[in-house]
Amino acid sequence: MTSGTAAARDSGPLRGRVVAALGRSDSAAAAGAVLIALLIGALLIAATGKSVPGAFSAMVHGAFGSTGDLAGTLVETVPLALVGVGVSLAFRAGLFNIGAEGQLLVGGLAAAVVGSDLPSAPAVVVLPAMAVSAMAAGACWAGVAAVLKLRLGANEMLTTIMLNYVATYLVTYLLNGPLRDPSSALAQTRQLSPAAGLPLLIPGTTLHAGILLAVAAAVIGQLWLFRRVWGLRLRVVGLNPEAALGAGLPVRRMLLSAFAISGVLAGLAGFCQVAGVQGRMIVDLSPGYGYSGIVVALLGRTTPVGALIAAFFFGALSVGGQAMETAVGVPASVVTVIQYLVVLLLIARGAAGLLRRPAGVEEGA
Amino acid sequence: MFHWLVSDAGQGFFAATMRLAVPLLLAALGGVYCERSGVVNVGLEGMMLSAALAASLTATSTGSAAAGLLAGVAAGVLVAALLGVFTVVLPGDPVIAGISLNLLAAGTTTFVFRAVVGTAGTSRPSPVIDATPVPGLRSVPVLGPLLFDQTFLVYVALAAVIATSVILRRTSWGLLIRACGEHPAAADSVGLDVNRTRFVCLLVSGALAGLGGVFVSLVSSSQFVENMTAGRGYIALAILILGHRTPFGVLAASLLFGLGDAFQLRAQLSYSGVPFEFLLMIPYVLTILMIALFGRWLRTPAALGVPFRRGRK
Repeated sequence: MTSGTAAARDSGPLRGRVVAALGRSDSAAAAGAVLIALLIGALLIAATGKSVPGAFSAMVHGAFGSTGDLAGTLVETVPLALVGVGVSLAFRAGLFNIGAEGQLLVGGLAAAVVGSDLPSAPAVVVLPAMAVSAMAAGACWAGVAAVLKLRLGANEMLTTIMLNYVATYLVTYLLNGPLRDPSSALAQTRQLSPAAGLPLLIPGTTLHAGILLAVAAAVIGQLWLFRRVWGLRLRVVGLNPEAALGAGLPVRRMLLSAFAISGVLAGLAGFCQVAGVQGRMIVDLSPGYGYSGIVVALLGRTTPVGALIAAFFFGALSVGGQAMETAVGVPASVVTVIQYLVVLLLIARGAAGLLRRPAGVEEGA
Repeated sequence: MFHWLVSDAGQGFFAATMRLAVPLLLAALGGVYCERSGVVNVGLEGMMLSAALAASLTATSTGSAAAGLLAGVAAGVLVAALLGVFTVVLPGDPVIAGISLNLLAAGTTTFVFRAVVGTAGTSRPSPVIDATPVPGLRSVPVLGPLLFDQTFLVYVALAAVIATSVILRRTSWGLLIRACGEHPAAADSVGLDVNRTRFVCLLVSGALAGLGGVFVSLVSSSQFVENMTAGRGYIALAILILGHRTPFGVLAASLLFGLGDAFQLRAQLSYSGVPFEFLLMIPYVLTILMIALFGRWLRTPAALGVPFRRGRK
C-alpha cells in the first residue's frame, strides 16, 4: 500500500481544489470566457487585414449552413467528445492524462488491423471486433503510464506526453512499412471492406453512428460519476487522496480504472475515425484531437455531459475555421488560438474564485 | 576506441552531442530558478516554441541574427509573464495553466507563421548564429569539439550553469529563492516578498528557455518549422527533475540526453537496418525510462506548486 500512498500524495489536494473550482464556475463564466476568446480571435483576424464579419459569417455558415455542414460539425464532435469525457474522468481522479493523442492513434491502428484481418465478415462481427480491439489498445497504451505511476511513481503528465511521440513514430513506421497498402503512394493501410464502416445516420451526409457512441459515453459517464459508488469514490480520490486512503478506499485500483477508462474512450475515438471517417488507418488520423480533448474537458467543467457540449462547440469552431480559411483566406489556426484562450480565461476565473474566498476556509492542511 | 574519438566522425559526434544538449540545458536551467522558488514550470515548451518563431521571423526580416536573438528572449519572457499571471498573481493550477499555455503557443505560432509566410509556404532561410571556435583549444580531442568549437550560446549556457550554482548557493538572492521554495511563510515573516521573487524567477526562466528556443531555430536550423521544438520543453522538464533541480545535475542530465539524440542521428546516417522511426523514439523513450527509474527518489522543494497567500498556510 506504500506506493499507493505515494501515488495519492503525488496527485495533491491543490489539484482537486482547482478542479472543484473549475467545476463551480457556472455556465455563465464559461460563456463569458468563450465570448472574450472570440473577441480576441476577431482582433487576430482583423490583424491579418481580412474582414471580421466576413470571416465569422463564413465560419458560422461552414459549421451550420446546411444539413451537410451540421453533419460535418457532428462528425468532428465525436472524437473530441469521446476524448473529452475520458480526460474529464481522469481529471476527477486527480490524474493528468495528456496522452489521449497517442491512445487514439494506437486505437485507430488496432481497429484498422482487425478490420483488414476480417475482410469478408459481416458488419455485426467486424465492427464490434474493431471497437473492442481499439478500446483495448487505448487502455494498454494508457496502462503503460498507469503502471509506471503506480509502481514507480513516475509523473503521468510527462510519461503520457512522451508516449504520444512514441505512438506517432510507431504509427508512421507501421504505415510506411509492414501495414502499408502496396498499391498506394501514401503511407496508409488498405481500404477496409464496406462492412467495416460505421453506418450513416442521415444518408447523403457524412454523419456516422459514432455520434451515438459519443452521446452514450457522455450520459453513462455522467451517471457513473454522480450517481454510482464508483463515481463517488473516484471523486474522493481526486479531491483528497489522503482521506480516501484513510477511509480504506482502493486508491490504486481507482487510479488504474480512471487511466483505463480514459484510454478506452480515446481508443474508441480512434475507432470512430477509422471506421466512420477514413475507412482505413492514415498517419494524420488525428489533427490533435487528443490535445483539444483536454481543453474540451476543462471547458465542460470536467463533467462528461459538459464535455459533450464543449466538444460540439469545438467541433463547430474547427469545421467553421476550415470553411473560413477556404472562403476568406484567414489561417484556420486562429480557431486553435480561440480554443486555448477559452481555457486560460476559465483558469483565471477559477483562480479568482479561490482568491476571493476568506482565509482558512479552503484549508484542510 | 581512441582512434574513433579523434577521428572526424568522433569529433562530429561530440559536437552534435553538445549542439543537441544545449537547448535542453538552457530551458532546464531556467526551470531551476523557477522551481527552486516554488513555481512549477510546465510552460517551458511554449516559451521555447514562441522564442523559436520570434527569433526566426525577426532574423529573417531584419537580416540580423542578433536582433532575432533579442526577439526570441523577449518572446520567452512574455510567455513566462503570462504564466506568472496565471500561477503567481492568480494562483491557478500551475500544471493546467502551463499545458494550456503550451497548446496556446502551438496554435498562435502556427497562426502567426502561416499569416506571415502564407498558408502553404516555407520561409526564406534566416541568418544563423555562426560558431566562434576558440583557437588552439578546438583541436583537443573530445573536449575540443565538445566545448571549444561551438556558437557563443554554448559558452553562455555553460557559464550560466556556473553562475546559477554560485547564485543559488552563495548569494542572498539565491537564499531568498530557496526560502520561497522551501518555506514561503518564513520568508514572508521577515519581510521578503515571496510572490515578487517567484515572478522574477519565472521571468529569468522565460529568458533562458527563450535562449533555448533561439538555439533551435537560429543555430540548429535556419528556418522555423511548425511545432519545431517537438516536446523539447517537456524533456527539459524531465531533465530538471532528474537533475535534482541543481545546475550541475541538470548539466549532466542534458548531456546524457544530447548523447542519446546524437547517437540516434548517427545511427540514422549509418544504415544500421533499424527503421529510422524507432531511432527517433530514442529521446522520448529515454525520458520515460529515466523518469520511471529515478523519478521517485528525487526530493522536491517543500512548497513547490503551492501558491503563496499571506495569512494562509
